[in-house]
Amino acid sequence: MHIVVCIKQVPDAAQVKIDPKTNTLDRSSAPAILNPYDAHAVQEAVNIKRLYGGRVTVLTMGPPQAKDIIRKSLELGADAGILLSDRAFAGSDTWATSYILSQGLSELRAREPIDLILCGKQAIDGDTAQVGPGIARRLNIGQLTYIQKVESVDFVERSIIVHRRVDQGYEVIQAKLPCVVTVEKEINELQYSSLPEMMRAAQYQPLVWGVNDIHAEVNNMGLNGSPTTVRKIFSPPERTGGERLTGSIDDMANQLVNVLLEKIS
Amino acid sequence: MTVMINRSCIGCGACVQTCPEGALSLGPEGNAVVDPSKCTDCGKCVSVCPVAAMSLPPNAVQLEQPSEQVLEISEPVVVVETEQSGDKVWVFVEQTQTVIAPVTLELIGEATRLAKKLNTQVGVVLLGDQVEFLAQPLFEQGADKVYLIDHGVFNQYRTEAYFQAVCYLVRKYFPEILLMGATTMGRDLAGAVATDLGTGLTADCTQLDIDLDKKILLASRPAFGGNIMATILCERHRPQMASVRPKVMKALDPMVGRNGMLIREFIDIPESSIPKQILRVVHDQLDQINLAEAKIIVSGGRGIKDAAGFQLLQDLADVVGGVVGGSRGAVESGCIEAKRQVGQTGQTVGPTIYFAVGISGAIQHIVGMMHSETIVAINTNPDCEMMKMANYSMVGDAYAVIPKLIDAFRAALASRQTNDSGAVCSIVQEAF
Repeated sequence: MHIVVCIKQVPDAAQVKIDPKTNTLDRSSAPAILNPYDAHAVQEAVNIKRLYGGRVTVLTMGPPQAKDIIRKSLELGADAGILLSDRAFAGSDTWATSYILSQGLSELRAREPIDLILCGKQAIDGDTAQVGPGIARRLNIGQLTYIQKVESVDFVERSIIVHRRVDQGYEVIQAKLPCVVTVEKEINELQYSSLPEMMRAAQYQPLVWGVNDIHAEVNNMGLNGSPTTVRKIFSPPERTGGERLTGSIDDMANQLVNVLLEKIS
Repeated sequence: MTVMINRSCIGCGACVQTCPEGALSLGPEGNAVVDPSKCTDCGKCVSVCPVAAMSLPPNAVQLEQPSEQVLEISEPVVVVETEQSGDKVWVFVEQTQTVIAPVTLELIGEATRLAKKLNTQVGVVLLGDQVEFLAQPLFEQGADKVYLIDHGVFNQYRTEAYFQAVCYLVRKYFPEILLMGATTMGRDLAGAVATDLGTGLTADCTQLDIDLDKKILLASRPAFGGNIMATILCERHRPQMASVRPKVMKALDPMVGRNGMLIREFIDIPESSIPKQILRVVHDQLDQINLAEAKIIVSGGRGIKDAAGFQLLQDLADVVGGVVGGSRGAVESGCIEAKRQVGQTGQTVGPTIYFAVGISGAIQHIVGMMHSETIVAINTNPDCEMMKMANYSMVGDAYAVIPKLIDAFRAALASRQTNDSGAVCSIVQEAF
């Protein structure tokens, strides 16, 4: 059984600071981390491997320093990692990114068949949730998004049963393998790494593939191959201040009740 | 002489597209790099950089004034001329068991506004199993044409059936713009449709507009955790797709009796071709906190440090008929469940009243609740973001303020009920 997890290195949004003078981002203040949803996807792949046997490979596209998140995935229990890195990839939007990743997956599949592909439900820098569905369409396999539980995997009958979050509860879905599963954080708890895994991860050198290794068409990637372009970037709309209530706590509470009461049915 | 690029570069590519000399490119680490032999110090890149990462050397002489027009795209726009009066702005109708999602009506309202600017009409895509009766309410909400495919395979939403049908209709009728709700269903579907059509998709938009010169969609969305807004274009591909956050756009008031054109279409998608089956839908009682639809939300942040504090918020919510939410800080401290989180990585809400108690107002939280009608902030720090943006702010410790508020609301609501219901109610109260 071969499970591949697509992962992304992102700036830790919680630690991005804003320069109060220019109202711009200070990216250097934010450390680069494994996208939190992807960490749970790696953990889920490792959990499935421990229950049913098999191998977990992680795949990412990014600059050379993205090797760090491959090593982090090995700490979590992944077996191998591949970095797709090439100057031609830079500036790709989600459409082009899903193209590059699916070319990487096809190359990987030619070497070792893939039974299941996992992704985080979205990355915390872009929050688009588009790359998982994009990969599924390009590989022409099923997609299962917003998965909060993997109930069972049957590698003999080649099917998986999952719980998919919807507004009022969840759907229990049975799908054919291979398919793309994108996961919520609730799917599992991240486990502590064992010392041997950490030592192996620290020394691990992932394979690095460029454009030619994945037989990709450069017209489909980078800034020029991306259907979307950024026109401009601006500060969020100004927020206007309101009324500061004054007086004792009782006074303020009564003032508030007076203005809000008619809005309460 | 050459432009200087510092570490704050985020690799967005805006400068690369702007540079008239082709001197800029994205380097191996994803950041912008400059070819000094081509750079003329014209300064165009400096004015478009969203993060002020670019600067000219102090003695550069050719500095141009930063222009208002931020980015000029040099490539020609290849748009097939289409008839003027068509229905070129489309909305995907999200329905679950024949109930239309509120976001669909909001999008039809927004599509109507966009369609006016483009001198065109609004079409909607309605997929489902015996849903033809939904066409009339869609006309009354502003749809001019309803494209209906009624088929048993659409009884429950499944990506593999729905995306084929949407793509079929798009390829047949060529809409310019296709909008979907940024919901579980809309986000699942939009990514599949855009990939199959090979077109651009901007996710989670909070503002839409039309560039009147180029007749193209300007889709704006929060980026980098909501710290900045980005306007995204899809110039060379059609349709221009966007998913839009619920509770941001405004639905029109229904125009009773308004009519439109119903177009019945057919596509054969055999059940056996769908690689998945929904075995059952579980309505989890515990999951029935619908923050997105709540009229009143009482939210706590890092300022509420324990379960007792959240119990106070729950008491206030009970008195005013609201539900309790929280910031990411409150979720991380374990005071409240993740599904109650409001914000960028939680839910987007749009209540009549939003109480932000002990929430400083990180931008990630604000993007999730900024469309609330009335915001009340209670905080010990008078200068935090939330206190600045709130309609009403109170400086004070939540543990002291909330009990007083509970008493005041309880008393006011009780006396209102007494007055409203007249003598009968008074007698009942006396009996207590």
